[in-house]
Amino acid sequence: MTKDSKVIELEEVAIRFSGDSGDGMQLTGTLFSDATALVGNDFSTFPDYPSEIRAPQGTVGGVSGFQVHFGKNKINTPGDKAHVLVAMNPAAIKANAKFLMPSATIIYDSDSFTEKNFQKAKFATNDPFTELGLFDYTKIGVPITTLTKEALVDSKMDNKAVLRSKNMLALGLVSWIFNRPLDVIEDALKAKFGKKPEVLASNIEVLHAGFNYGMNMEHETPQYLVPSGDIEKGTYRNISGNQATAWGLIAAAEKAGVELFLGSYPITPATDILHTLSERKDLGVKTFQAEDEIAGICSAIGAAFAGDLGVTSTSGPGLALKSEAIGLAVMAELPLVVVDVQRGGPSTGLPTKTEQSDLMQALWGRSGECPVVVLAASTPSDCFYYAFMAAKISLERMTPVILLTDGFLGNGSEPWKIPSMADMPAITTRMAKDPATFKAYRRPDNTLAREWAIPGMEGFEHRIGGLEKDENGAVSHVPENHQKMCEIRAEKVARCVDLVPDLETNGSPEGDVLIVGWGGTYGHLVSATRDLNLMGKKVGLAHFNYINPLPANVANIFSNYKKIVVCELNMGQFVSYLRYEYPQFTYLQYNKIQGLPFSVEEIKENVLKILED
Amino acid sequence: MGEYVYDAKDFKSSTEVRWCPGCGDHAIITAIQRVMAGLGKKRSDYAIISGIGCSSRFPYYMNTYGFHTIHGRASAVASGVKAANPKLHVWQITGDGDALAIGGNHFIHLVRRNLDINVVLFNNKIYGLTKGQYSPTTDRGAKTKSSPFGTVEDPFVPGQLVLGARGTFFARAIDSNVKMSQEILELADNHEGTSVVEVLQNCVIFNSGIHDVITKADDREDRQIYLKHGEKMIFGVNRDKGLVFEKGKLKAVTIGQDGYTMEDILVHDAEDPDLYMHTALINMAWPEMPVAFGVIRSVKAPVYDQAMEEQIEGIQAKRKNTCVDDLLHSGNTWEV
Repeated sequence: MTKDSKVIELEEVAIRFSGDSGDGMQLTGTLFSDATALVGNDFSTFPDYPSEIRAPQGTVGGVSGFQVHFGKNKINTPGDKAHVLVAMNPAAIKANAKFLMPSATIIYDSDSFTEKNFQKAKFATNDPFTELGLFDYTKIGVPITTLTKEALVDSKMDNKAVLRSKNMLALGLVSWIFNRPLDVIEDALKAKFGKKPEVLASNIEVLHAGFNYGMNMEHETPQYLVPSGDIEKGTYRNISGNQATAWGLIAAAEKAGVELFLGSYPITPATDILHTLSERKDLGVKTFQAEDEIAGICSAIGAAFAGDLGVTSTSGPGLALKSEAIGLAVMAELPLVVVDVQRGGPSTGLPTKTEQSDLMQALWGRSGECPVVVLAASTPSDCFYYAFMAAKISLERMTPVILLTDGFLGNGSEPWKIPSMADMPAITTRMAKDPATFKAYRRPDNTLAREWAIPGMEGFEHRIGGLEKDENGAVSHVPENHQKMCEIRAEKVARCVDLVPDLETNGSPEGDVLIVGWGGTYGHLVSATRDLNLMGKKVGLAHFNYINPLPANVANIFSNYKKIVVCELNMGQFVSYLRYEYPQFTYLQYNKIQGLPFSVEEIKENVLKILED
Repeated sequence: MGEYVYDAKDFKSSTEVRWCPGCGDHAIITAIQRVMAGLGKKRSDYAIISGIGCSSRFPYYMNTYGFHTIHGRASAVASGVKAANPKLHVWQITGDGDALAIGGNHFIHLVRRNLDINVVLFNNKIYGLTKGQYSPTTDRGAKTKSSPFGTVEDPFVPGQLVLGARGTFFARAIDSNVKMSQEILELADNHEGTSVVEVLQNCVIFNSGIHDVITKADDREDRQIYLKHGEKMIFGVNRDKGLVFEKGKLKAVTIGQDGYTMEDILVHDAEDPDLYMHTALINMAWPEMPVAFGVIRSVKAPVYDQAMEEQIEGIQAKRKNTCVDDLLHSGNTWEV
């Protein structure tokens, strides 16, 4: 066998790093993604981890994974199934068997194949591959633990500390297999462990040991070539959805000329927004880690009253706690952005898993007639844009805006062509100008957005609050006034439609089936649509980012297709909303509620079935 | 005195005051309007934040910026206002239900963080706006609409809660003594950090006379002690009673009797960081002891909103990112 026969050229590859939740798999995956970016591949990542910080070692429940999908062309999803699995123990093989491509390569720590670990992973035999039916796979046992120990034989660190570098052995090996440069990884390690020179040195040592092992053992390990592709020219960076959300809000505040205030309480999977914003004191961002979810939003409302862009970030259970305060912001007509990084519910549910089941809560989950604008981001990087737009609508129309992202978007990352602030749309606040004519709830006929007068502005002293008011800002219990004010608040939100771009479609502009989606499922749905089009099927995709108000041209788009199937990660919330808003159409639905993203394959299968019917 | 000259009526809004005739709130708003006029601070820099309850209607009656928010959350809203703009004078008006029941968590965390906010806590030991249920300060055994056979729980002592939350300022006042309230509220405003002024307030409809035992004109001088920093702890109609410290406890004595002289009477030190004496003073209850009024505790500690502002300024002084474009290009980027 010649060396060349071992080099396999692929357009795209998905790798899944998998081990105990303490094995450092998230770091390994992130470092690999960074190296991948510099090679000129597009990529998409998907961290999949348990909610326990250190779940019981060696068990299937404690397995933490990180999948990265990269390729020559545009990569829209982290990949349904992995071409390569890196498994640090038998439990990782068991947990991931169903996420592997047929004939995938499994690289595993052969040192971990012990009686004890088989028992922990609840294997009945000592042959996990046979037991899981993984026959036609390339299985490469690497003594990762032994190699790590050997690499660090001269180190003064104790055994436990030495074993913590195992992930670097795996990373070095995979970097050789996929031809990724080690210098980028080393730079990242230096940034992370710069203050612990011993840890840094050992990590780099082991990283090289892994790389060299691949090189020396090439008769066993295949090497893959994923060429760099035709990606739009520009300056790029890697960005996660939560980071993009945080930065989009900072960008909006800068554009609007106001300060940014975040009131928040830690909650998975939204906490990184708090982390990211709390790092940005250099740009004047104020972050307030509140005593609870309610104080998080209430402090943001207070800041909005005082003239800041008020923001609170949370996930589903936190949104529930904030609902009364959102009502206050609706009544007080203050600018406020509420970010909900959705997770599996109800209750504590699946805190680390993704879902789209807060849609109804975002639309309706409050007392009284309480309309708010609802937006949804659809990729990790476009969280930046939709967070920006949420703030723009909120500031220009004096209304709370709920931005829905999800755990998949929030934790996932992708390369992002860095925009210029000069290209972002202008934001004009409603700051009051004339004390002589100012009245708290006076509003122009077009947008119905009241003026914003903030404490400190002389001559504008006024009172607002949760009680119903008349136009002058006086408390009013007059029956007709309440009806009028309810109608005005609803109409004000409805008129935000003039800031909502028309709905566009991907794939066939008319045809047999229209796939409808919203939010974080975009990557999977657009990939399925593309594949179906390549198969010659007349299928289009209408993907929604503006949920309330909906784009003006929805009915026009929908009427161009014979059938409509609404795909979402819940039991049918958006489809119910569409049935309510556009009852003239018949909707099929495809729902999944497993805490996981869609797979491209299942969407395709479902649409093909619809095409046959 | 500040640079702005006002009259108390400059702080009255045009909204008709709708508290019940005889309600203690009328006297408290008068005291606050007089204090604000006297402080001479710019009127448009005031933000008065309230929650829900009779007392929380307060902002509507003030010609300042005001925000009548939701039940229990005024401390959190006020924290956001003050942190967003530390230059504002933020006052929180609240009641025993709003601050200590539904808003208990926000209240203690406001006190712990020590934002520079003046909290005026109207304590009438009853829920008024919902028409007469017991509150977290209602005495054990009290019969109310929701405790027809008497409550089976002990009340909070607000001052204990404030001290337990590391409070830097606690004072007690009473609605019927407007002059005393004014003196105390001025000191509260002067304090840097969260000040809590508990105002014993009479609900004329649902709990009328609840504070009578210490407020009746004929013997109140014997049942109240008005504490002032640096002054002897003396009380009584004839100013002949005082507090001494014996066997680890406070004791009320008559000067000239049982061998007690003026020398034995304690001097009030509101600025002592130690909690011991302040706790003992807060806990004094009739009939064993006179009830303490005045500023019981006023100590210096770092102030949240100032620290937040200083931290941002410090970081900005040596920042690399000066705008969002800088931020977007910071860290690892690559060219395609």
